[in-house]
Amino acid sequence: MGKSLTVPALLAALLLMAVAAAKMGILGQYAITFLCSMGIFIILSASLNLVNGYMGEFSCGHAGFMAVGAYASSILGVFLFVPDQVFGQPLLSMAWSPWAFPIVLAAGFVAAALAGLVVAIPSFKTRGDYLAVITLAAGYIIKSAIENVEAVGGPRGFMGMGKIVQGMDAVAKLPWMLVWIFLGVVFTIWILRRFVYSTLGKGVMAIHQDEVAAEIMSVNTNKMKLIAFMLSSGLAGLAGGLFAYMVSFVNPASFTILRSTECLVMVYLGGMGSLTGSVLSAIVFAVMLEFLKPLEQLKWVAIPLLLILLMQFRPEGIMGNRELSDIFPKLKRYYRFK
Amino acid sequence: MLDTVIQQALNALQLGSYYSLIALGYCLVYGVLLLINFAHGDIFMVGAYIAFFAATFLMGQHALIPPASPVAVKLAFAGFFALLPTFAMAWWLGRKRSHGQALNVNYPAVVGGVFVVFSAAVFYFGQSVSIASGTDKLVVFAVTIPLTMVLTSVVGVFIERVAYKPLRLKGANRLYVVITALMMGIILEYGNLSLLGTSRLSFPTLLPRTVFDVLGAKITITKLSGIAVSFLVFALLQWIVTRTKLGMAMRAVSYDKFAVPLMGIPLDAVIIFTFFLGSSMAGLAGMFYAMNFPVLDPFMGALVGWKAFVAAVVGGIGDIRGAFVGGFLLAFLEVTVAATFSSELRDLISFTILLGILTWKPTGLFGKPKTTKI
Amino acid sequence: MKKFLVALLVAAFAFPAAAFGADTIKIGFNIPLTGDIPKVGEMSKNAAEMLKEKINGAGGLDVGGKKYQLEFVYVDNEAKPESAVNAALKLIEGEKVLAMVGPQGSGRAIPAAEVANNNKTVMISGWSTNPKTTLDRPYVFRACFLDDFQGPVAAKFAAEQLKAKKAAVLYAVDQDYCKGISEFFKKDFEKTNGAGSVVAYETFTTKDVDFSAQLTKIIKANPDMLFVPQYYNEVGLIVKQARDLGFKGPILGSDSWGSAELMNLCGDDCKGQYFVTHYAAAGAKGATKEFIDAFTGKFKQVPDDVAALTWDATGMVLAAVQKMGAPSGDLAKDRTALRDAMASMRGYDGITGKMSYDGKTGDPVKCAVIVKITDKGEFSFHESVCP
Repeated sequence: MGKSLTVPALLAALLLMAVAAAKMGILGQYAITFLCSMGIFIILSASLNLVNGYMGEFSCGHAGFMAVGAYASSILGVFLFVPDQVFGQPLLSMAWSPWAFPIVLAAGFVAAALAGLVVAIPSFKTRGDYLAVITLAAGYIIKSAIENVEAVGGPRGFMGMGKIVQGMDAVAKLPWMLVWIFLGVVFTIWILRRFVYSTLGKGVMAIHQDEVAAEIMSVNTNKMKLIAFMLSSGLAGLAGGLFAYMVSFVNPASFTILRSTECLVMVYLGGMGSLTGSVLSAIVFAVMLEFLKPLEQLKWVAIPLLLILLMQFRPEGIMGNRELSDIFPKLKRYYRFK
Repeated sequence: MLDTVIQQALNALQLGSYYSLIALGYCLVYGVLLLINFAHGDIFMVGAYIAFFAATFLMGQHALIPPASPVAVKLAFAGFFALLPTFAMAWWLGRKRSHGQALNVNYPAVVGGVFVVFSAAVFYFGQSVSIASGTDKLVVFAVTIPLTMVLTSVVGVFIERVAYKPLRLKGANRLYVVITALMMGIILEYGNLSLLGTSRLSFPTLLPRTVFDVLGAKITITKLSGIAVSFLVFALLQWIVTRTKLGMAMRAVSYDKFAVPLMGIPLDAVIIFTFFLGSSMAGLAGMFYAMNFPVLDPFMGALVGWKAFVAAVVGGIGDIRGAFVGGFLLAFLEVTVAATFSSELRDLISFTILLGILTWKPTGLFGKPKTTKI
Repeated sequence: MKKFLVALLVAAFAFPAAAFGADTIKIGFNIPLTGDIPKVGEMSKNAAEMLKEKINGAGGLDVGGKKYQLEFVYVDNEAKPESAVNAALKLIEGEKVLAMVGPQGSGRAIPAAEVANNNKTVMISGWSTNPKTTLDRPYVFRACFLDDFQGPVAAKFAAEQLKAKKAAVLYAVDQDYCKGISEFFKKDFEKTNGAGSVVAYETFTTKDVDFSAQLTKIIKANPDMLFVPQYYNEVGLIVKQARDLGFKGPILGSDSWGSAELMNLCGDDCKGQYFVTHYAAAGAKGATKEFIDAFTGKFKQVPDDVAALTWDATGMVLAAVQKMGAPSGDLAKDRTALRDAMASMRGYDGITGKMSYDGKTGDPVKCAVIVKITDKGEFSFHESVCP
């Protein structure tokens, strides 16, 4: 009993503290935005770790799935709540927005998970670098497709999400995006933990070790891959939805290969097959991005250089494949794994 | 109608020649080390910049050799700068020879020799041209080629030594090396940006801008030379990989990295040679690319590099024919879509077709499915 | 412990600074110093620095008889929308600036404008031509004209002066700016010359360098002129390739051609062509010439339109500060007062022309200039088109 409640209680306390700090004005809007982008980084890196770390594939089109989620959530939200030229009058009153928001995010999740199928099905036969190219191509295809849909603004982007966030503010004065992103991060970590430590997760890791052997040992590899890819891209879609509402504007140029690269870097920096590592590297990455800003152009020389050096000293990433509880075994007393 | 078809075919050929050239570099390194060298596109960019500085330097735009000095002085300068790195490289490679007894071909000598002969030819050819036409742009062109190739390969080999080799020795997962390569590429891009500023450079015109008329279709010498170079490089690489001892060593490394040193093949030297070859091809590609698309910016290698990587994989990565064909395939797809459908849908349709090809042939056009031991 | 952590957070994120500390006026710049278009950021920063030196050198900005020193804060938005939002918040909340100049590109300006408007802070973009930037946002202004003005101007010029009956367009499909102008051009050109008079409407993707497939198609359609609303680096390649493929007609450009680098990259091929822009550098007179000479002397390059527009945008903010009178010290109040002063700005005499706001939108009423590239490679004034 005690074990199973420590973590939720701690998280709830953390959330309450953050909200209180924001309400009292200790946490300014700028700090909140910084924390929000950090949260989105965490979701992206943890979700990509499922495919690239645990399953050992090399997916480099994560930004594409993020784009699908971002657009799906944005379109549904605007369709439901905001008067729009294309989608007409809102269906619901703004008072519903905080309650309907999880559904809006779920739409992003589902849409991105379906897009994940594009990659999952070829992955039945293809592996490694060939699959890398399929994910890369999928990223290109998604971006190019959005650019050609005039109804969602094409390259001009899509907006109106800001009004929904304001609408939530009218219902209750809270730092809503911080709350949603916090919940999103908790959900991501929770579901990934559940997945990785379940039989499905064991199957996924078996695929990483040796796909043929796994199949012989009666692992349904196709099913495993399908679920892993869809979960991973779905979570990227969740991150996309949160991102869209945080920035309150999406355009295809936000989801280029550069963003996929950022995701890749975070996964390998943290360590393949370590959720703690992914979280940690996302935090490190976000902090570096923000605090090295005074370097201007040299920032993008300094960051990769630091990362290369880090990899020279720790060629398995910050955490390797260990988790927090492997390093501090005493922590196991306070939380359960499943 | 026919002229449009021919014109579009020529367009595709010249675009494909650059995709192929870069894809060949990817493929070479991949074939030996199973490493996706994501920095390759940026080494290609560095090659274009090196070519720019070499050419403008030789043309006297950046001082040192005054434009009015006699051709012989220019050639002496150029020859010196072309040969110096060549000999340095040859010496460096030769240093490792004592470990490489099993390799009967004295490859450093071969590499050095090729460049010496080439430079000598440049001397002769250059002089005759300059006498005949009164212009020394062709000389500059001819000298810039080896200079660019050698200097670019120095960059490539340096990156391998500094960034990839330590990781390889530590036995890191191969994907960590890939990420390091990705980081290296970003460093090259932004290093260039902070070093040279944000202004884009304009590559000088080295070849005369004559336009040929082929049955109503138009093509310039620069475009033709790009196409010719890609075919030549393909033939050269194919020959090196399949017909020489060195190529055999490269294939052996690719087959089993751990058994190779036991056979007395110097693993390290083979890897260096691979990077040397791959990067010099990137330099060559960079130079011809810059001649045809004379606007240089630090990010020019990124997109074309990714596309070439896709092309190499669709062709069947690790196979030189695959990279070559893949590059042209991608170009033909892009041009065909832009020419027949709407150009708005070019990326969408061409990448969907590539995806289709990979689903149909999961290891690319020329790739062979690997049998996995359990 | 928790308190300590909170305190640490506060120390890390709150940048205590007052906008009007010791008689200073603080203005923030949200510009892309890194990312895809660092040149834009560099030019904006140069222009701003020059303006600051000019005014501070003269003792400061005269507001209601008192001199105020200017303090400019530059924050990099990496040419990414989320970074632009972040940068806007950093300027508005952290640095507590009175007003924000930038972001320049529409992709960044639209989300940042949302932030500025929500925080009731004046934002003025020098370069964003997308209508969405200022739409329903009383606190957001711009210093340039819109796509829906520039496109028709180009179409009119093509039909009347270039005597074109059939036109072709080549633009980047993933750039909102290029796409917007092209659509307006097409609509307007077809209105005057009949449906289907835009015989070829071709696109490419940013960072493409080979346009031969599209150009072949364009040449096959046999247009009288080609409209290329692209950035100067692409123009160099497009014009060269069009000529190599045998296109002989005139090529018309948009304001994105107006960079000092154009002639360096395009060379002889661009000579004799026209483009629509904000101002003409060659043959400029008065304040415009002074600005160009000073800029060229200081930074060894001719200012492009971003530099000129940043100069004007910042100048307009400062003029509005003078108009609103001495700052009260209450930031929220001052920002609102500044907004009202901005909105009532009439006939501001900038180096890119006279600008007025109609009080309802943040879009200025100003004229476009058509520039001819002379044989010497200078951008000379051809004619002025006013709304």
